[in-house]
Amino acid sequence: MIPAAFDYVRAGSAAEAISLIGEHGSDAKFLAGGHSLLPLMKLRLAQPSVLVDIGRVTDLSYVKDAGDHVAIGALTRHMDVENSPVLKEHAPLLAHAASHVGDPQVRHRGTIGGSIAHADPASDLPATTLALGATYVVQGPNGTREIAAGDFYKGFLESDLAADEMLTEIRVPKMNGAGWSFQKFNRRAQDWAIVGVAAWRRGSDSGVALVNMGQTPILASSVSSALAGGASVADAAEKAVAEASPSADNNASVEYRSHLAKVLVRRALEQAGS
Amino acid sequence: MKISVTVNGVQHTSDVEPRMLLVQYVREVLGLTGTNIGCDTSSCGACSLHVDGEAVKSCTLLAVQADGSSVTTIEGMAGADGSLHPMQKAFMENHGLQCGYCTPGMVMAATSLLKENPNPTEDDVRIGLEGNLCRCTGYHNIVKAVLAAAGK
Repeated sequence: MIPAAFDYVRAGSAAEAISLIGEHGSDAKFLAGGHSLLPLMKLRLAQPSVLVDIGRVTDLSYVKDAGDHVAIGALTRHMDVENSPVLKEHAPLLAHAASHVGDPQVRHRGTIGGSIAHADPASDLPATTLALGATYVVQGPNGTREIAAGDFYKGFLESDLAADEMLTEIRVPKMNGAGWSFQKFNRRAQDWAIVGVAAWRRGSDSGVALVNMGQTPILASSVSSALAGGASVADAAEKAVAEASPSADNNASVEYRSHLAKVLVRRALEQAGS
Repeated sequence: MKISVTVNGVQHTSDVEPRMLLVQYVREVLGLTGTNIGCDTSSCGACSLHVDGEAVKSCTLLAVQADGSSVTTIEGMAGADGSLHPMQKAFMENHGLQCGYCTPGMVMAATSLLKENPNPTEDDVRIGLEGNLCRCTGYHNIVKAVLAAAGK
C-alpha cells in the first residue's frame, strides 16, 4: 500500500516547522516518527498534500528533571521514554507504559509527542499522561501556550491543537513515590489495548485514566472521588465507567468493555496500593 | 527528492518520490529483495531492517526519512567472504525457520534485541520479538536460536 502523493519538506527547528506548516495551509501535516500518520496514509484514510518532517528537530528529544516535574521533549522516542533513568525514578508509570507501546521496532521510531498529538483514545500515552495530570506545551506562530491534559482531547483523533501549532514538550508532575499500575488487556502481544488503565495512588490522592473507553482518553474522576471519600478499592472500581462512553468493535461489545474496565481498574488499584 | 543512503556499507544516491516507502526503495530501487513485505501494516515485522543500527519496520518509514542514514538489510549480515552472521548460523543450527518468510525480519529484530540486551532471558526474547510474526508458529526454535546466539 502506497500513500497518495504529497510534497515533502523538512524542518530544522520548531520555529521553522511552524512557519512551514503556516505556509502550506491546513492540509499540511507534521511528520514525527510517522508511526500513527503513515499507516493512515497508506490506507488512504489520511491524504495530506504536504508533510513537514520534524523528525530531525533533535533539540526536542530530551527528558529533563525540572524540579516538581519532568520535562519531556515532544520528539523523544518511546524507547527513550521507556529507558530514561529520570522517568524511571520520578514518573515510573509513564516509563512503564511507554514500554507497552507497539513493539521494539515501533518504539525505535514513534515519539511521545506524535502519539499525544494524534489523540487516539486507544493509545497508551495519552491516557497515561492524563492520569498523571500532565501539561502539554504547544508552540504556534504567536508563541507558546500550556494546555492541561484534561483540556486537550476534544474528540476522536481531535485535540485542542490548532493547525499551525506544534506540541513541543510534555510536563509530567513527579509521582513522589506514589504507587502505580498500568493494565493493558489485548489479545495479541503488540495490539492496541481493548481496554487499558493507567493509575496511581498516594494517600487519599489518585489518578485513574482509561484507554479505549470512549472518543478520547477518559479520566475516571469518579473512581478518585470514591477513593478520596474512603470507599474500598472494589467499590471505587465499580465507578470505573461513570465518565466513559465505550464503543463496540470487532474485539469487544460495549458491555464487555465496561466489565473489563471495572475489573482492570480494580486490579490497577490493588497493584498501586494505598 | 534526492536522497543519499548507505546500504550494507555502500553509499547510494537516488532521486525518489517522497511517498516511496523504505522497503520499496531497498527492494525495487536497489534490488535487495531479502527484505520481505508481509502485512504491510507494521504488524508482522517481515520487513524489519536496521536504520543506524536499530530494527525498524521498513513498510512504515519513507525512504526520504532514511536520507543520510546507514541501513543494513539481511544481505548485509553475512561477512564479505560469505560466512554467515552468528545469528544466521544460530537460526540454521536450531532450525529456527519453517517456510522462511519471516526469517529475514526475525534475524534483523533479534540482532537489534541482543545489541540492546546482550544477556536476555527466554521471556526477554519472546517479548523482544513481539513485533515479528511467524505464521508457521515456529516460535519455539526461533527463541532457541536467539538464545543460542546470545551464548545460552
